[in-house]
Amino acid sequence: MSIKRTLLATSVSLGLTAGIAAADSHAKTITIATVNNGDMVRMQGYTDKFTEETGIAVEWVTLEENVLRQRVTTDITTKGGSFDIMTIGMYETPIWGANGWLVPLDDLSAEYDVDDILPAMAGGLSHNGTLYAAPFYGESSMVMYRTDLMEKAGLEMPKDPTWEFIAKAAAAMTDRENEINGICLRGKAGWGEGGAFITATANSFGARWFDEDWKPQFDTEEWANTVNFFKDTMDASGPAGYATNGFNENLSLFQQGKCGMWIDATVAASFVTNPEDSTVAEHVGFALAPDTGLGKRGNWLWAWALAIPAGTQKQAEAKEFIEWATSKDYIEMVAANEGWANVPPGARTSLYKNPEYLKVPFAQMTLDSILTADPNNPTVKPVPYVGVQFAAIPEFAGIATEVSQEFSAAYAGQQTVEEALENAQEIATEAMEAAGY
Amino acid sequence: MATAQSRSAARIMIAPAVFLLLVWMLIPLCMTLYFSFADYRPLRATFDAWIGFDNYIRFFSSSSFLKSVVTTLWMVSGILLITIIGGVLMALLLDRPMFGQGIVRILVIAPFFVMPTVSALVWKNMFFNVDNGLFSYLYKFIGLQPYDFLSQSPVFSIVIIVAWQWLPFATLILLTAVQSLDSEQLEAAEMDGAPALARFRFIILPHMSRAITVVILIQTIFLLSIFAEIFVTTSGAFGTRTLTYLVYQRVLESQNIGLGSAGGIIAVILANIVAIFLMRIVGKNLDN
Amino acid sequence: MARAVTTQKKVMWTALAWGFGLLMFFPILWTFLTSFKTEAAAISDPPVWLFFDWTLENYTAVQDRSNYPKALMNSIIIAVGSTLLGILIAVPAAWAMAFVPGKRTKDILLWMLSTKMLPAVGVLYPMVLLAKWLGVMDSRILLIVVLMLINLPIIVWMLYTYFKEIPGEILEAARMDGATLRSEIIHVLTPMALPGIASTILLNIILAWNEAFWTILLTTVDAAPLTAFIASFSAPEGLFYAKLSAASMMAIAPILIMGWFSQKQLVRGLTFGAVK
Repeated sequence: MSIKRTLLATSVSLGLTAGIAAADSHAKTITIATVNNGDMVRMQGYTDKFTEETGIAVEWVTLEENVLRQRVTTDITTKGGSFDIMTIGMYETPIWGANGWLVPLDDLSAEYDVDDILPAMAGGLSHNGTLYAAPFYGESSMVMYRTDLMEKAGLEMPKDPTWEFIAKAAAAMTDRENEINGICLRGKAGWGEGGAFITATANSFGARWFDEDWKPQFDTEEWANTVNFFKDTMDASGPAGYATNGFNENLSLFQQGKCGMWIDATVAASFVTNPEDSTVAEHVGFALAPDTGLGKRGNWLWAWALAIPAGTQKQAEAKEFIEWATSKDYIEMVAANEGWANVPPGARTSLYKNPEYLKVPFAQMTLDSILTADPNNPTVKPVPYVGVQFAAIPEFAGIATEVSQEFSAAYAGQQTVEEALENAQEIATEAMEAAGY
Repeated sequence: MATAQSRSAARIMIAPAVFLLLVWMLIPLCMTLYFSFADYRPLRATFDAWIGFDNYIRFFSSSSFLKSVVTTLWMVSGILLITIIGGVLMALLLDRPMFGQGIVRILVIAPFFVMPTVSALVWKNMFFNVDNGLFSYLYKFIGLQPYDFLSQSPVFSIVIIVAWQWLPFATLILLTAVQSLDSEQLEAAEMDGAPALARFRFIILPHMSRAITVVILIQTIFLLSIFAEIFVTTSGAFGTRTLTYLVYQRVLESQNIGLGSAGGIIAVILANIVAIFLMRIVGKNLDN
Repeated sequence: MARAVTTQKKVMWTALAWGFGLLMFFPILWTFLTSFKTEAAAISDPPVWLFFDWTLENYTAVQDRSNYPKALMNSIIIAVGSTLLGILIAVPAAWAMAFVPGKRTKDILLWMLSTKMLPAVGVLYPMVLLAKWLGVMDSRILLIVVLMLINLPIIVWMLYTYFKEIPGEILEAARMDGATLRSEIIHVLTPMALPGIASTILLNIILAWNEAFWTILLTTVDAAPLTAFIASFSAPEGLFYAKLSAASMMAIAPILIMGWFSQKQLVRGLTFGAVK
């Protein structure tokens, strides 16, 4: 585009875009869209190293999670071709891969050792056995709790607690006078926020999103039990504004010492045990996500992964970057510079065989949590979908966002749990019929 | 005194603007119209160019449609109410003699320069947040339980954020109106012993009516499409889903372009009804 | 006769106005203060006001993570470019509407305003497909054109109302003296309309600067302005109030400063024909 050139030339001559000028001098520049999570921001910091090694320059588009989803989804569905690498999750990968929108990652180099990727992660990022995205980090969810408060309450956290115990412990740890909430959980609307949490919890209560005929199941007793339990527990022992609390809010509460327990992403473990940010870093214990004895635990499985959109001109360079960023060497490099607790977790088997890493207090529990989540068999009763805290069908994100909004409204007391479930059933039924199920 | 020559010159001068806006309106609008009759769901790689009025029927009959229209009306009228009343009072106040008038004016108009995304982020995190927000400290300070604004008074919270951004705009326009008021007339009324309230009711307010209609018109145009403030704060939860937001959910979250496009067309039609209604009023005002 | 104002009254009005002014300004002030705090101080209970360890670390952290100068440059180019382009197209149109009104003038004007009611997201896919088809995704020129079109109705309307207030007799007098259309515009009209044009420019720069839908969804790297910059800080893992504040200040400071310096100009012209 010549106008673009002219403008570019003008701004370069203005001397204000030294960055672009420098990037232009490289033979190849790849553009990567990513989410503004801590591990990705750290990865950006090492870009220069990659450029040094390979001569490939990198342009970053870092966006907040929801905006990123809008941006990359619009791009992939319109074949916009703006990016050479996109950061996507376990939900998008199989759907996009099935549509042929992603470059299969089936020819990665031998030294990359693709078999080292945790099977649970590789499985969730594949379609029909072909890997379409390489996990940068993977996570499950687990219980993080305050050992000091637990002791004070005279209780002992088992390695594999039940929901009953969690509710009891939450009540015992709650100390409203001192602003200590027994338990902090996500209630915020959004399929990736409160929606993910309640779905994973529902699995452990024997509930499911759809039956074998894709009929929504919110009119079942299992769902009523799940949502009622959540609301009752949070009303009794949760923070005041839990209906609007998501990952960020709860992380901050926990770090400030205002939560007795927090059940959330395993990656949070490194934040709450980091004495720089957390006032309670010394007193954090970990346990598996709770169950109700039905055989499924309330933990999810997720990975942020790097994928190459089909149609990019720079496939080879993009692949080179992915191999670099998700390699064992990258992990070693981060460990050497910032300590083992800060490496991207949950992606590689070898990491959990490394004795150095296993000294990190949450390493083993993270692995155990990941291993107990099974996307292919997520619920007590059989389901037609894949995915623990989501169902990997294109309609899910839209439906689950609206459903979680109904739940949040119930948490906030604007409607009863029964009404919320009725509405959820209606929304889901309507949308599934529209989708032709 | 317009000659034939100047008339044709005028036509040529208007042409570019009209042409551009026509193109701008028609091309995307026609494409949207086209999509609205299609089953277009890119994530399913589905494109069926003609499915009749299915999308429209589905959009209309969904329970969220009517709710979103009501929410939109509530939100827009709430913001208009606050900005108009606040704007009138602020304009009258700023017209008074005082020390440092220039600085006060700068302080008052500053919110207008702030990006909607930024102001939503700032209000949500630093004021409304129930654990770390300033309002919670205030509540605690006077011995009350902290109040979770965004879940307990969601529409009101968003109204506050948007009104904060638009109050300066209303104030500025109303201030120019106040300043153009004939001060002798006002003084005469004062001499006659008319009380302040009566002076306001019979002299100042009628004089401002034109400015008020202009503010209503311009703000409505912008307020019907507020998005960032909802997206950042509640993401449409707790009954804050406006029509614009509903269309957004259909297009981007559900990835049902056909359904979303139908919603977009419906939104355009509704907005134009509001516009025609408003323009009747303003148009009358513009005439004299 | 000037109204006699007692000092006492003046002091009272001053106090009241300053009170409201500070109340309106407070969120910005608080953001500004927070941007110099450590993350811990930013959420301390009770809040700290002035007596904390002022630090610049948030600004350096934000700067390290992103290309602020480039985003700033893009914002300036896009906001100024779209406004000037809009003025270029709108001045003749508004001039013609004001001085040679036809039967349809008002209809055209109102129709133009109604184009602003198109909900942006409804035409998202058409726009993205068009931009891709034309090969202009992620270019400043695309955003300049799109934002120009979005704001054109407002520009035309504002200019129209200013031009209408210019007495027609002056133009006729100039015409009698044998002025051509061109010199009429350059020598007579422009000087009189300048304040109006100036405030139109200012208002539209503000509107273009703050547009946060198209500027994010139609850009990636080359054309991404400050709205995209702020989207990379809006919800990271954890609540980083101080860094968020620093990024916010960096995004709004340029336009805030511009607004303050041109405040008089903006106020003078921002009437939309509201005042006769």
